[in-house]
Amino acid sequence: MSNKKNWPLWEVFIRSKNGLSHKHAGSLHAADAEMAIENARDVYTRRNEGVSIWVVESQHITASSPNQSESLFDPANDKVYRHPTFYNLPDEVKHM
Amino acid sequence: MKSCIFAYKHKAILPSASQSFYDNMKEPNQHTFEDQFQARIDAEERIEPKDWMPEKYRKTLIRQISQHAHSEIVGMLPEGNWVTRAPSLRRKVALLAKVQDEAGHGLYLYGAAETLGAERDDLLDELHTGKAKYSSIFNYPTLSWADIGAIGWLVDGAAIMNQVPLCRCSYGPYARAMVRVCKEESFHQRQGYEIMLTLARGSEAQKQMAQDALNRWWWPSLMMFGPSDKDSKHTAQSMAWKIKRFTNDELRQRFVDITAPQAEFLGLTIPDEDLRYNAETGHYEFGAINWDEFWQVVSGDGPCNRQRLKARRKAHEEGAWVRDAAVAYAEKRRQRKAAAAQQQQVA
Repeated sequence: MSNKKNWPLWEVFIRSKNGLSHKHAGSLHAADAEMAIENARDVYTRRNEGVSIWVVESQHITASSPNQSESLFDPANDKVYRHPTFYNLPDEVKHM
Repeated sequence: MKSCIFAYKHKAILPSASQSFYDNMKEPNQHTFEDQFQARIDAEERIEPKDWMPEKYRKTLIRQISQHAHSEIVGMLPEGNWVTRAPSLRRKVALLAKVQDEAGHGLYLYGAAETLGAERDDLLDELHTGKAKYSSIFNYPTLSWADIGAIGWLVDGAAIMNQVPLCRCSYGPYARAMVRVCKEESFHQRQGYEIMLTLARGSEAQKQMAQDALNRWWWPSLMMFGPSDKDSKHTAQSMAWKIKRFTNDELRQRFVDITAPQAEFLGLTIPDEDLRYNAETGHYEFGAINWDEFWQVVSGDGPCNRQRLKARRKAHEEGAWVRDAAVAYAEKRRQRKAAAAQQQQVA
């Protein structure tokens, strides 16, 4: 008998149709990956919301912390030259 | 913070991200965490699980979301009562699908509560020991088939009225769960109203059955919106945090305004002598709610409180071996897989 008392938590990602990426749908508890997929089918795709399911145990996800968000994302803030609108072109130039 | 190393000649065409960067720079960074948090709320920013939040915000949400989850789960019981006795296969599959949805809604909500650090087992314990509340409406019995119609029409109708504004709740995971729930609930209400319509257009006895169900479910449905604003201890803070968008009384009034004409269409009478349309205000006026009954049911002495909790506890206890077996089976499979992999390596 396992000493794990509870079913672990899984994050569920669903591809709603081919051509689109998997998107986080929510979480659920399951004893293992197979059961997580079966439960995800019942909990998140009762109305044909998906054609493919990914599940990953929540403890395996490494997330950035909101405390880091300045150091992570601020460097992009002052780089307006990465946007097409930064560049001035005369109106006569077409298709650019 | 890095300094601005470019002199921008074309500020008007700066992407909006950079604009807000400049706005932020103007603000001196002297706020307390709590002020900053409230400023984010006021700016309609959503709060996500790992963001800093006041402990009271977290606690309020865990309480509200878990009560909401418990309501979905306990809400399966009065309706489940009629699954085996639905009058036709069509009604039966619809009712089964609705009850299954309620289970799903409960799970979305427990999931949302868990993003705040709550443990599923603790939440269930609080339900089973009676420490946590659930919607008082589910402590009323379903005596006839018409009650299934009345529940879909009135109880799910009131729930939708409550839940639509929650789709804009400041806490992201709760709001997202509500979007899914609201999409699914509208079938619930329509199937309920269709049952009422069929009965109301049926024999005299069927119409009477529908009227009787309306008589019993009307007032408890109005109580679903919770105590009157002046007695609601959580409303002001929840409104400031944008967990709630409208007060209990506002939502209750909206529900009456929408539902009264629907009852009229059915040819049924709402059991309230004081109910009348006020052409001046454009709203229905309605009679006094029996708050003594409300508090009595909330505090555990409604018609079915003990029965509901007993059923929940029984299901949980009798399901314990299934949960244990699933863990044991998962462990066995994992070990077999590991052993097979090792054998392959040796070979």
